[in-house]
Amino acid sequence: MTDDVTDDVTDDVTDATTGYATDDVAGAATDAGTAAVVPVDANPVLADVPRLFVRGHLVLHPSREQYFATCQALHEDSFTMCSDLCGVDYLRHPGRDLPASVEPQRFEVAVQVLSMERVERVSIRVQVPESDPVVPSVVRIWPGADAMEREAFDMFGLRFEGHPDMTRILMPEDWEGHPLRKDYAPGRVPVQFKEAPGPR
Amino acid sequence: MSNDRPDWTSDESDESDGETAREGAQASDRVNPYDEIFERETAEGRQELLDRVHTDPGELDLEEGSILRLPEGLVLDPGDVDVEFGEDETMIINMGPQHPSTHGVLRIMLELQGETVLRSKPVVGYLHTGMEKTGEELTYVQGATNVTRMDYLSPLNNELVYSLAVEELLGIEIPPRATWIRMLMSELNRISSHVMWTATNGMDLASTSMMIYGFREREMILTFFEKTTGLRMNHNYIRPGGVAADLPDGWEDDIEAILDTIPGRVDEYDELLTGQPIFRERTEGVGVIGPELAIAMSATGPILRAAGVPWDLRRAMPYLEYGQLDFDVIVGTVGDTFDRYAVRLNEIRESCKLVRQIAERMPAGDYRAQDKKVTPPPRARIDESMEALIHHFKIFTRGFQVPPGEVYTAIESPRGELGCYLVANGTNKPHRLHVRGPSFVNLQSLPAMLRGGLIADAIAIISSVDPVMGEVDR
Repeated sequence: MTDDVTDDVTDDVTDATTGYATDDVAGAATDAGTAAVVPVDANPVLADVPRLFVRGHLVLHPSREQYFATCQALHEDSFTMCSDLCGVDYLRHPGRDLPASVEPQRFEVAVQVLSMERVERVSIRVQVPESDPVVPSVVRIWPGADAMEREAFDMFGLRFEGHPDMTRILMPEDWEGHPLRKDYAPGRVPVQFKEAPGPR
Repeated sequence: MSNDRPDWTSDESDESDGETAREGAQASDRVNPYDEIFERETAEGRQELLDRVHTDPGELDLEEGSILRLPEGLVLDPGDVDVEFGEDETMIINMGPQHPSTHGVLRIMLELQGETVLRSKPVVGYLHTGMEKTGEELTYVQGATNVTRMDYLSPLNNELVYSLAVEELLGIEIPPRATWIRMLMSELNRISSHVMWTATNGMDLASTSMMIYGFREREMILTFFEKTTGLRMNHNYIRPGGVAADLPDGWEDDIEAILDTIPGRVDEYDELLTGQPIFRERTEGVGVIGPELAIAMSATGPILRAAGVPWDLRRAMPYLEYGQLDFDVIVGTVGDTFDRYAVRLNEIRESCKLVRQIAERMPAGDYRAQDKKVTPPPRARIDESMEALIHHFKIFTRGFQVPPGEVYTAIESPRGELGCYLVANGTNKPHRLHVRGPSFVNLQSLPAMLRGGLIADAIAIISSVDPVMGEVDR
């Protein structure tokens, strides 16, 4: 089969059978990339937010108080998709690269947001103290963060304030503890053999 | 939601004083010493779809499915669903976790008025095996064996995203041949995954022949995988530093055979399904999700593209060498189940185009980086060089160390954006390995698709989301 034949097949099928055009978006993506002349971090709302550039990639380190406003500003600036949100427990890894003004805490919420217009990702990392593991929820901004925040709650016990349905998602609802915490012992749950009296 | 929500501002006790709580509980005459811990740590409420009475009216306005909340400006019109129901006329039923159409152990709670779905909520976690926790206990060398088991229909993509994350932290260069082999394998994997989806989707819509055909074509690709990697699934083939082995002798002929067969077979599927009135009736206009909603719900992959958003990471944010290749991003117009089917079917054709280009341009050279600390030496060197033996031993016992840092990498898996957030602490094991499974995130848009549809359509819609439960629950 030569290239010509394959092309013919594709064209035929696209037009005749399904009726769906196969769009070439190379041009569109490049245009959007060049049109975004104002960098993300020039936004006045983000002026006070500590930031780092890691391998050419913008990482914002807002405090918990700045977090929601930061997310809102990013959402207004074309960052319409929340790609990923996860918790991290730094219990046994205290030293890490943070801007000088940011005090490291045990927990961290790492959010990756995506702008399809700018074709750019921005990371947000929020420090969450162990004594008060509460973070504002961003579900009102990005509804897609719903399941991810529930997962972070389930795995790390981080409470997302304002989340409409803060329940466990992967573990059973009667589970004890939050498994991805570094001080959670996997062996703490007694192994239940058949007929053996278990705690539940 | 429920009124028994705990006070979040109260000081949450640490794990360490769980012991004292347990002792205290035993001291009193409690029947179950764990009760107190359960109450304290698990009083966050039920996971299921709750009764409407638990939802306040403002919440109900925003509500489209139990877990779905829309941002301002996207608020649903309550008159959207054309049914009238009294408070006690609806019924909540469970679909799954052991339902043949749910592609594994997915449980969906549906609130029904007659046969119309009002609200729904996916309940997941039945396949949760703590793979992210396991990933923290395995070295970087072993890590690929772990992630490959997450999305078991596209294992090579899982290995790829993990390897890219590790390599970015290591800062090593991958030889061109390794990069092109990776592209070849992940495109073949995309074909096998989409063919498998076409098969199971046909099965869900009562086209049993499609099931058999799809598995036949998938087997052809898996045979090539077996020849190259040694295994049909869970390959551990793409590893940090390159790939595990070079392509086998005569791989060009195998690729040629695959490329001679698959496009013709895809045309057959097209004839079998696309032109079939029953199939079209069951898929067209069913489970519509628009572009704004799909983006808001973080849906990616065929769901997003079927809604008309031309977003494909291979094109938009090229990784490996996809920038050099010529292919089309397939988009739909309506965002219904049929569009998602058409997008996947045509993506098989695009992947065939890609495989042909990759096979033609496959460069010669090393298939893994010549970095003694990361990749093992060739087998023959071990017999003649003491250093090679030491490096080999070190890599397979202790692994290599990755400098501290955080990285997020993302690739376009057959199901959407597959991401890997890796935190390294300078040792030979990751501090945190988080995989952003596209199925897990895509499931959130299910309530939006199901709303207002018939329960029979739910089967078609669940299938069109293409959830792989191994990846959802990890």
